[in-house]
Amino acid sequence: MNELWIVNGRLIDPSQGIDSPTNLRIVDGVVADLGRISPPAGLSSDQLIDAAGKVVSPGFIDIHVHLRQPGYEEKETIATGTRAAAAGGFTSVCAMPNTKPTVDTRGDVEFVLGIARRESPIRVYTTGTITKGQKGEELSELGEMAEAGAVAFTDDGHVVENPNLMRYALEYSRMLGKPVAQHCEDPELVADGFMHEGRISALLGLRGIPAASEESIVARDIALCRLTGGHVHFQHVSTAGSVELIQAAKTEGLPVTAEVTPHHLLLTEDWVAGGKWASPTVLEKWGRIATVPYDTNTRVAPPLRSEQDVDALVSALRGGVFDAIATDHAPHTIVDKQCEYGMAASGISGLETALGAMMLLVHRGDLALDTMIRYLTVEPARAMKLPGGTLRTGSPADVTIFDPDREWIVDPKNFISMGKNSPLAGVALRGKVTATIVGGNLVFNAD
Amino acid sequence: MAETVGGAYSKPEIAGEIPLDQVAREPFHRQHVLDLDDFSAGEILRVLDTADIMKEILRRPIKKVPTLRGKTVVTLFYEASTRTRVSFETAAKNLGADTVSVAATTSSVSKGESLVDTLCTLQALGADAVVMRHSYSGAPYLASRIIKGSVINAGDGWHAHPTQGLLDVYTVRNKMGRVSGLKVVILGDVLHSRVARSAIWAMTKLGAEVTVCGPATLLPSWWVQTAAQNGGLVMPGLRLSCDLDRTVEGADVVMALRLQMERMQAGLLPSTREYVRMFQLNSARMSRAKSEALVMHPGPMNEGIEIAPDVAHGDQSVVEEQVSNGVAIRMALLYLLIGPNVNVPVEGERR
Amino acid sequence: MDSSKTIMAADDVRRALTRIAHEIVEWNQGTDGLVLVGLRTRGIPLAERVAARIEEFEATSVPVGKLDITLYRDDVDTRGPLPIGPTDIPVDITGKRIVLVDDVLYTGRTIRAAMDALIDYGRPGVIRLMVLVDRGHRELPIRADFVGKNLPTAREEDVHVHLLEVDGVDEVLLTR
Repeated sequence: MNELWIVNGRLIDPSQGIDSPTNLRIVDGVVADLGRISPPAGLSSDQLIDAAGKVVSPGFIDIHVHLRQPGYEEKETIATGTRAAAAGGFTSVCAMPNTKPTVDTRGDVEFVLGIARRESPIRVYTTGTITKGQKGEELSELGEMAEAGAVAFTDDGHVVENPNLMRYALEYSRMLGKPVAQHCEDPELVADGFMHEGRISALLGLRGIPAASEESIVARDIALCRLTGGHVHFQHVSTAGSVELIQAAKTEGLPVTAEVTPHHLLLTEDWVAGGKWASPTVLEKWGRIATVPYDTNTRVAPPLRSEQDVDALVSALRGGVFDAIATDHAPHTIVDKQCEYGMAASGISGLETALGAMMLLVHRGDLALDTMIRYLTVEPARAMKLPGGTLRTGSPADVTIFDPDREWIVDPKNFISMGKNSPLAGVALRGKVTATIVGGNLVFNAD
Repeated sequence: MAETVGGAYSKPEIAGEIPLDQVAREPFHRQHVLDLDDFSAGEILRVLDTADIMKEILRRPIKKVPTLRGKTVVTLFYEASTRTRVSFETAAKNLGADTVSVAATTSSVSKGESLVDTLCTLQALGADAVVMRHSYSGAPYLASRIIKGSVINAGDGWHAHPTQGLLDVYTVRNKMGRVSGLKVVILGDVLHSRVARSAIWAMTKLGAEVTVCGPATLLPSWWVQTAAQNGGLVMPGLRLSCDLDRTVEGADVVMALRLQMERMQAGLLPSTREYVRMFQLNSARMSRAKSEALVMHPGPMNEGIEIAPDVAHGDQSVVEEQVSNGVAIRMALLYLLIGPNVNVPVEGERR
Repeated sequence: MDSSKTIMAADDVRRALTRIAHEIVEWNQGTDGLVLVGLRTRGIPLAERVAARIEEFEATSVPVGKLDITLYRDDVDTRGPLPIGPTDIPVDITGKRIVLVDDVLYTGRTIRAAMDALIDYGRPGVIRLMVLVDRGHRELPIRADFVGKNLPTAREEDVHVHLLEVDGVDEVLLTR
């Protein structure tokens, strides 16, 4: 019998409404007991974790990561990406299918899951493409992929431009009980834009991506959801307008879910100008902006938006409009980013800064700690119909332990991820994962 | 102190009503000239004063001084441009520097060598100054992080053309004796114009009142919205209008911008004919401006499109002076950036 | 606190300039072709005063030019780019008899730069040098032809020339 105790920590489990000093007893990888229980004498040091001063929560679940394998192993592999996820406190991740080749068939799904089984310390779920090759022309074999284990379908990186095809995808996936996740960007409105169309793009002379490019797709897909009853999941929502549309759809009772990234909850268009044109309120929050003008680490899709959008997203997270905080971890090589802004790849390497970034909001008083944990655990699991996100007795022992106050400075050179592309380089964060446990096994230990 | 108007934020140090000769000339400690948006009025005046001296050199029989002897100035142009490149090369040679010209179409750049590779090579070859023109906004900022010497932005995408902004405000000062309080109209495709953005900074910092005017699709959407909410004001010193006839009333300076023919194909404008009817700078419109008003254009001009030929070559046109002033301004900048006596390290972007 | 000694008072300056004005006219055998070129900053009022003296006793006006040699200097200063003053040579100098005018002659580098600058304006017939004070320690083979005062100095000492037009008083001080 394999026993592991986690003691003296503050257990926050939103799935059970617990937020109190609680000890946890894990037997053979399953939560056996929790409460004011005491460990027996004679336990060896690797059977006892002292979480004094720390928060103990169900393992975090990230429903949107790019593991890049197969095809882009110079940016990341399943091995490095999942180890980075473990360091970020994530015990489960959903991999995106925009690899090379894209995950279109049962064989592709099995390939990814096979590598993950061998090389990943954490749980890996994979998504499949909606359309073959993400070309937006023909549906992929959604049924076969679902049988092989795909948890959702997405053409992430591209939008399904043809509304009729999106309609069919929703109808078909409804039959399979899987969500269709949409990357909402109308390509014509995006039209080679590089950053949010607004105050900063006017000054920096960069072609802008208007908020309407996202909102028009959100509105369209809500209408299609109403038509088909299929579950549409909106990825990386970034605008206040999108939030309003999603809120109305949920009030109506439509099967709509949505995720938001830590970078969209924190960073604004001001960061692209490197602090040159930062608004007084942004400077007040940050003291100084860590990026340089035209810092390509700020280039991401959808782009960093205005202060008003960021405030609306935070408020929406508090108000339950979102179902998940998801990093959209998008590692790139240095070469992909060390170039002109207009040529730089879009994406932020976010697994290892997610907790620290979210804790900034908690420390500022903009978000409650248990709300943050809720949208990293029980809610993403429910939205994507994944196991986990809870520490009820009998559930697999996926646990994240973090120090909510530990201060550290982000240095991408120290990332476990191969992707060092982060706009938070040099920023002081307060909150760090100290241990990650999957099925009772310690897969990450900071100390 | 930053002022806000409808969500727009401006940098302080706009000269406003202070007469030019009372604004303190600042010592010049920049390492690079990438944009005018963070120049103080004093720094701009320092450049203009230095350009006055350089103009005198251009009047001499031997238009050459040995000040930059031994220094190498590289012009790195990713967009074809005879006028600006020759202007910079002339400026460098007049100061005794050696010049090297890298044109993207002929060099290994077109073989696929990246901008970063090219810059690293130039740095290894010891360029003291790199004058760079590129079609991507922000490229000179990338260059400034690689080149240990000085980077001068000769135009990047839609973002900035600081030497043009400086020579434009220099031309105005020379002809009008002042900049403060003048009404300046910048007319045309402002959205895609780095000349417009730099002129806005140069003019407003020295106290002019600038109005940008053009079709709504060719003006930055944020500025259009802000102006609509604030009675035409975009930020202190900058207004916006789509009505040329009203805007040009009583103007002291009207600067016409070139209209690229591609704008029609991109769906931004219905036709050239409609643009000409609504926005061409012709003599009827110029007669509503002040009688001594200046007509400016960064060149090359599409005569008959954004500007009528008689206005382009009329008495009020200072287009040729803009060009000759360009050499003096560029000499001034090269002197201030890589002349002798520039070894003082100061934190941040300044050396 | 440095000690400061007055080497020339206002009257001494006045007499020296009068004598030099006569010496120049004597050398030139009149005022034909004569051009005085003062080096910024204090060389200019000195040149103007000498020209005025000459006009007094020869009844002809001698052209005075103003030369700023900042663009020709070879020394390096760590204080940032120096402001450049205007240069104004009002006549064609080809074939003329130029007298460069400066306040203090020390290493000779300023004069070398001035000659380079002058030669870019034309081809002078002859160049001579006039200084108010020659303090020695030449680093280049430069010689003053007309001197107000020869003043042997140590390298640690400084010579300060003050003129009415620039500093409000005429004097020459030696400080250490």
